[in-house]
Amino acid sequence: MTEGIQIKPLLVEIDGAVMTLTLNRPDVLNALTLEMMKGLLESLKKAEKDKNIGCVILTAAGRAFCAGADLGDLKKRQEEAPFSLGDELRRHFNPLILQIRRMEKPVIGAVNGLAAGAGASLILSTDIKIASRESKFINAFSRVGLVPDSGMTYFMPRFLGMSLALEYAWTAKPITAEEAFRFGWVNRLVDLGQVMDEAQKLAQELIAAPPLSVALTKRAMNRSFENNLETQMEYEAQLQEVLGKTHDHAEGVAAFLEKRRPRFEGK
Amino acid sequence: MGGFELITAQSLIVSEKHGAVGVLRMNRPEALNALSHPLMDRMEEALKNFEADSAICAVVIAGSERAFAAGADISEMQGKTSAEMRADSHLSRWDKVSNFPKPTIAAISGYALGGGCELALACDLRVASETAVFGQPEISIGVIPGAGGTVRLSRLLGRALALEMVLTGRRISADEALSLGLVNRVVPVELFLDEAIKLAHQIAAMPPLAVAAAKKSTLHAMDSSLEDSLNFERNLFYDLFDTEDQKEGMRAFIQKRRPNFVGK
Repeated sequence: MTEGIQIKPLLVEIDGAVMTLTLNRPDVLNALTLEMMKGLLESLKKAEKDKNIGCVILTAAGRAFCAGADLGDLKKRQEEAPFSLGDELRRHFNPLILQIRRMEKPVIGAVNGLAAGAGASLILSTDIKIASRESKFINAFSRVGLVPDSGMTYFMPRFLGMSLALEYAWTAKPITAEEAFRFGWVNRLVDLGQVMDEAQKLAQELIAAPPLSVALTKRAMNRSFENNLETQMEYEAQLQEVLGKTHDHAEGVAAFLEKRRPRFEGK
Repeated sequence: MGGFELITAQSLIVSEKHGAVGVLRMNRPEALNALSHPLMDRMEEALKNFEADSAICAVVIAGSERAFAAGADISEMQGKTSAEMRADSHLSRWDKVSNFPKPTIAAISGYALGGGCELALACDLRVASETAVFGQPEISIGVIPGAGGTVRLSRLLGRALALEMVLTGRRISADEALSLGLVNRVVPVELFLDEAIKLAHQIAAMPPLAVAAAKKSTLHAMDSSLEDSLNFERNLFYDLFDTEDQKEGMRAFIQKRRPNFVGK
């Protein structure tokens, strides 16, 4: 995808109902610049609104997934007009993580290799993670005197439990692909060459599912972190009230009874 | 939602009757339901009709999924002088909502900002969708809320939170609004209108004279001394013993059956 000497740092491809976003600065391990973050947020919002898109795959070019924030880009922007790291998170990183969690379409993380810092947060925020056996997660914030950010302190205790979360955050010890799989941090491990195939296969499966059911399932699961059982079950009842009246529910039941494939319409 | 009777659809306010529940839907999507003079004129008319209609026992005021109402119509007032604004009775429309004798429920999804937030506050109960956003951003355009924002927020939330909202214009999410007591409940966006109508039906099923007395006493208590409020409440309580519905309600309770209220 080269145009003369200009290389796009973020590739956006739409194939059928699947949007694939590829971080594309392999020479610097896909470190995130402001331009890339803006591109990611804009593309994810487009995917959210576009009725023809049913699923997003987030991946990266080369051997690494993402080394985190591009510190050179950050420094340059800070020299132009000073801002705090807090404001940088509020303006660019946090909206991106929130967009992935809140958009009601599946976002699949296809992890080709190393994911460090905000790159690891980005992966943790996706709904389903497919990782290569060579991939590795590094939480090196403590090495530079910071706290894990972009949602990392929210996701880590939930995926790993408090003890492991604190150990990995304090020691900055890398989490290997095998460990990540064992922790439930990633859904499955495949060979590097198969990461995208596997993600594509899953995306095809998800876009064939009834879209409103997919959407409201994500909404309900997101809510579960804040609710007690009674509140969560009432919430399920409310969503079921909505879905119980949809065409796709009737179609799913009819297809089951008639022993045929359902034709879902997202209604 | 079941069957309902459409009364007007031609305009800025879509007015429907769902049995004993009147529903007013603001219908100016291109302006996110900005509360212009014509829109509030129509709302006042529709409310008058529901007030006169003895079959209507509760009213729901709603916007769209995207916006309850994003504010007053700023283009209408931008060039006006203080005297011109004073001579205009536009803001008294919000008082018509808060003084409406039958219970009102705001069904809020999306933006409830400025005059839209004040309209929601003027209603008795508030049902919000998860996407509802409340705010009083007037300060950022050189004015303050003029339809009850500072008054009702300070009573509902207390001084510190009300001042934060009106001094900074900070927006409040649905979940925060629920935790602050600004709304009665939060439901998925697909259900906010159904839920508000359901709640209105619950109230509409109660004996109407008692409903009116309960609303009157509660609103009176907001503005009066404790002693005065207690007297006011007690008098209304005694008054209800001359109603048929009190006799029927208590008889049905003793006979362990459902009451049949007649509104007398």
